[in-house]
Amino acid sequence: MTLTVNTSHRIVTALVEDKPGVLARISGMFRRRGFNIASLVVGQCELPNKSRMTFVVEGDDKTVEQVTKHLYKLLEVIKVNDISEQNIVERELALIRVKTNPQTRSEIMQIVDIFRAHIVDVANDVTIVEVTGNEHKVNSLQTLLEPFGILEVMRTGTIAMNRGLQK
Amino acid sequence: MQLTGAQIVCESLLQEGVDTIFGIPGGAILPLYQTLPEYPGLKHILVRHEQGAAHAADGYSRATGKPGICWATSGPGATNLVTGITTAAMDSIPMVVITGQVKRSAIGSDAFQETDITGITLHVTKHNYLVMDAADVAATIKEAFHVATTGRPGPVLVDIPKDVQEEMAEFEYPTELTLQGYKPTNEGNASMVRKAAKLINGAKRPVVLAGHGVILSHAYDELISLAEKAQTPVIATLLGISSFPEDHFLYAGWPGMHGMAYSSLAIDESDLLIAIGMRFDDRITGDISKFAPNAKVVHIDIDPSEIGKTIEADVPIVGDAKHVLRQLIPLIEETSRVDWIKRVETLKSEHPLIGVNDTDKLIPQFVINELYKATNGEAIVVTGVGQHQMWAAQYYRFKEPRTLVSSGGSGAMGFEVPAALGAQVGRPDKMVWSICGDGGFQMTMCELATLAENKLPVKLAIINNGFLGMVRQWQESFYQKSYVATEYSANPDFVKLAEAFGLLGVRVSERNEVAAGIAKAMDFDGPALIDFIVEQEENVYPFIPSGKSVADIMEGPRHEKVRR
Repeated sequence: MTLTVNTSHRIVTALVEDKPGVLARISGMFRRRGFNIASLVVGQCELPNKSRMTFVVEGDDKTVEQVTKHLYKLLEVIKVNDISEQNIVERELALIRVKTNPQTRSEIMQIVDIFRAHIVDVANDVTIVEVTGNEHKVNSLQTLLEPFGILEVMRTGTIAMNRGLQK
Repeated sequence: MQLTGAQIVCESLLQEGVDTIFGIPGGAILPLYQTLPEYPGLKHILVRHEQGAAHAADGYSRATGKPGICWATSGPGATNLVTGITTAAMDSIPMVVITGQVKRSAIGSDAFQETDITGITLHVTKHNYLVMDAADVAATIKEAFHVATTGRPGPVLVDIPKDVQEEMAEFEYPTELTLQGYKPTNEGNASMVRKAAKLINGAKRPVVLAGHGVILSHAYDELISLAEKAQTPVIATLLGISSFPEDHFLYAGWPGMHGMAYSSLAIDESDLLIAIGMRFDDRITGDISKFAPNAKVVHIDIDPSEIGKTIEADVPIVGDAKHVLRQLIPLIEETSRVDWIKRVETLKSEHPLIGVNDTDKLIPQFVINELYKATNGEAIVVTGVGQHQMWAAQYYRFKEPRTLVSSGGSGAMGFEVPAALGAQVGRPDKMVWSICGDGGFQMTMCELATLAENKLPVKLAIINNGFLGMVRQWQESFYQKSYVATEYSANPDFVKLAEAFGLLGVRVSERNEVAAGIAKAMDFDGPALIDFIVEQEENVYPFIPSGKSVADIMEGPRHEKVRR
C-alpha cells in the first residue's frame, strides 16, 4: 500500500457556535452539495461556546470558494478561512498498531525514533505507535511500518493554524 | 408576565404582524390550537392536507410579500409539510413553519407520531430549531422571522415539543437578536458597482436578466429606472415574470427551455448580461459552454454562493437588488441604443409564439389568451407545474408585480390549488385564477373544500388534456411516443367534483364556449371551476431540449394546423 498526498487537498478552518446539531448541519451540507472532504475535525477552542473546525477539502479554487460560501450560509458558522496558501502549521495524530516480534522490535523502534514518534504500548506481539505530524509524515511512517504488518490505524484528521500573529 | 409556551408562540406571532396561519391540528400541537381562541387576531385556515398548508402559506407570501405561516402536528403532519417547505426553499420564499413535537422525554424513543423533523428538513429550510425550553420560544420565533425574511429569504422551521407548549415561562418579546454568524450584505461593494456601471455604459447590446430577487426586494421601480436610463431590454426569468411590466417597450420576454425564442436569441447576441437576483438555472442556460457566448456578466445577488456557481461573473456584486440598483442607477449614463432595441424588436417579430387563431381546435394557449383578455391582465395567476404552467407564463401578460405565483425550482405539481387559496387569503381584493393541470389538480384537490368552507372566490381553470402533458411531450420527443403511464384514462368528472365540493362547475370543450365559460365563472360569487377539455397532444414550444443551446431550439409548428 502506498499513500500519496493529494496536491488538490485544501485546508479550510471555521469558527462555529457550539450548538446541538451543528456538526450534522455542516457535514450534511458537504454531502448535499457533493463536496469531498478528506477529513473534518472539530474541537473546543479559546472562546466559550465556540468550536474550531478544520476541513481538508478535495478540489480546486472554485470548489473551495463554494465550500466557503456555503459554510457562511449556515447560521452557526461565524468565520471561515481558506489557509491552504498560507504559512501554516498542520498536525495530525495517529495511533498505529503494528505486529512486533523480538526480531523486528528494534527496527521498528529505530523507525519510530527517526519520525520522532512514540511507542505508547508494548505487548509480546504488538506495539502501538503514536505519531504527530502533517498528513505526509503520518503517511510516510505508515508506509514504512506496513511491511511489519499493520493491524489497526486510527488518525484524527488534520488540524491547522497559520504561523505568526493571527490575521 | 408568565405565559404558557403556546401563548408565547401566539404573542410572538402577533408581534411579528402575523394575521393568518394555515394548518391542521393533531396531538402534539393541541396546546397551541387550544390557545388560539384567546388570540382572535390570528386567523386560522383549516386546510385538508398539510402539504396544502405549506403551499398556501407559500402562495400567501408570494402574493403579498409578507412571510407565510403554517403549522402542523408531529410525525405525518410534519412530514406532509416537506414538499411545501422544499418548494418555498427552492424559490426563496419567506415562511415560518411551526411543528408540534412529542414531549421532551419521549424524543428519540420512536414515540407515537414522533419524527425527527429538524433532521428531515435540514436541507430544505434556511434554518430550523428544536425548542427545548419555553423560556426560549419568544427569542427563537423572533430569530426565525428575522432569518426567514432577510438576506435571501427562505423557510424556517420551529419544532416545539408538546410539554414546552404547556410549560410556563416569563414572556417578554426580545428587542435584539444575537446572531453572530448571520449578517446578510445588502449594500453592494462600491468599487464593484462602479465597474458594473462602466461595463453597462460601454456595452452595445446589453440585456437585463431580471430574476425573482427583483420581486423579493421590491425593486420594481429601480428596475424600470435602470432599463430606461440605460435603454436596455429586460428579459425575465420564470420567477422574475411580473417584476417588469410586460406592456413596457423594453420588455423582451423570458428565455430558456420553454421561453420565447426571441429572448433566448437576444441573450445569445448580447454583449453584456446584467443579471439581477437570478441564479442561472439550468432551464435558462442549457449548455453552459454555449450560453451567451459573447457576453460579459454583471451578477447581482444577495446570496454569495449563487455568484460563480454556474456562470463566472466578470463583475460580481453581493447585495440586495433594490440597494444595489439604487447605487448603480446614478452611475449610468443616459444613452440610446436604437440599433440594439430595433434588433430585439426584429427578433420578436421574426420569432413569435404560435398563433392561437391558427386552428379551430381548443388549444390551451387560446384558453390562456382568453383568460388574459377577460381579466385585463390584472388577475393573480397561480399555476401548477408542467405544460399549462409554461403556457400560462407565455400567453398571460403580467403587468403588476406578484401576479404570477408558480413553483419554479422545485417544480411541485399540486401547488396550484393550495397556493391559489393562500394568495386569495392574502389578497382578498384581487381576482385569483388557478391554472391547473389535470394531473397536478388531483394531487391537492381536497383543498376545494377549504375554498368552499372559507368562501374564497378562487377561479380554477383545469387545462384538461387527459395526460401528464409535459412528461408525455418528453415521451413524444425523446422516447418515440412511447406513452408509458402518462395517460389519465379515467379522470373524474371535474364539473361534478366541483359541485360536490360546493363550487360552481363549468365545462368548456369548444373554442366558442371559452369566453362565456370564463365570464360565468367570473360572475359567480364564490369559487368556481372550469374544466377545459383541450387538445390532448398539444406541445409546448419553443423547446430547447435539456442540456442543449439556443442553436437547437425547436420553435414548433407555428402555422401548422394542430393535429389530432
